[in-house]
Amino acid sequence: MQKVRPPWQVKGELVTKAEDETDPNFGHKPEERPIQEHIGFGVINLDKPPGPSSHEVTAWVKRILGVAHAGHGGTLEA
Amino acid sequence: MQDATKVIQALLSAGKEYVCAMKLHADVSQERVRAVLGEFQGSIYQMPPIRASVKRRVRVRKIYYLDLLEVDGRDVLIKVGCEAGTYIRKLIHDIGEALGCGAHMHELRRTRAGPFTEVENLVTLHDVVYLFSLWQETKDEGFLRKFILPMEEALKLLPKIYVRDSAVDAICHGAHLTAPGVISLDTGIKPKEQVAIFTLKGEAVSLAEAVSSTEEILNMTHGVVAGNLRVLMPRGTYPRLWSLSR
Repeated sequence: MQKVRPPWQVKGELVTKAEDETDPNFGHKPEERPIQEHIGFGVINLDKPPGPSSHEVTAWVKRILGVAHAGHGGTLEA
Repeated sequence: MQDATKVIQALLSAGKEYVCAMKLHADVSQERVRAVLGEFQGSIYQMPPIRASVKRRVRVRKIYYLDLLEVDGRDVLIKVGCEAGTYIRKLIHDIGEALGCGAHMHELRRTRAGPFTEVENLVTLHDVVYLFSLWQETKDEGFLRKFILPMEEALKLLPKIYVRDSAVDAICHGAHLTAPGVISLDTGIKPKEQVAIFTLKGEAVSLAEAVSSTEEILNMTHGVVAGNLRVLMPRGTYPRLWSLSR
């Protein structure tokens, strides 16, 4: 059977259409976001324990970090 | 968290990897197991199980790789890389059918979801509590950044289109991306493919659907290049500009 490359093995390449600069007075590089903003636009790669549901675990994370809103990207689909 | 929950959609449709322990229902030679596993690489047919929340029709799914990790009698450990929405339990069942003796899934662990793997930045709940308390004590933000990643990390595998500052706020208001706003883009973008629109600082602006291919976009001087699907950046982050910067 024809083997298909997984998306994480495909190397991306950028091609330029135009040139421009970005104004340092607006926005932030993601790694330089002020901490509260960083949390509000943050994701956690969490190893969920097998017992509780994703919903429960999400609620715990919200409580620990003090955020009002959070979601999860799903666990096992099988 | 908060506004980053909007990227969840991109993750649900991202490829996955699992390590799975399966039990064969009879003794089979390793060569035969390897041979059958090889047959399941590439595209397979699957009917979602009765419990599934999707429409029950036969659908094609890509199995990127199916590696045999270990065999111990009738216990077989495999690693599977697959398209989103692949039912591993059903895959194991079908492998058992192909082997003739039958097999069932004993244990499953997801080792990759899109760009997220076990080896980088995976944390437990204990780590979260611990690192968070370290931040509270020391006020060193490094502790938080160790396990809270920018939402752009979730979009790493999506093809990207980088836009000029003057195009950003319109997109934040729901506008589609037009040709003059494009600075650079990934090669290999196809029509209808999901893309991520980024600023030149590397911030995610929105998720969009490409209207044309990379080559076509490069040649376009006007017109819609990508249809806005989901705005990620708050309005007003970049100034509202009615004219394009030179």
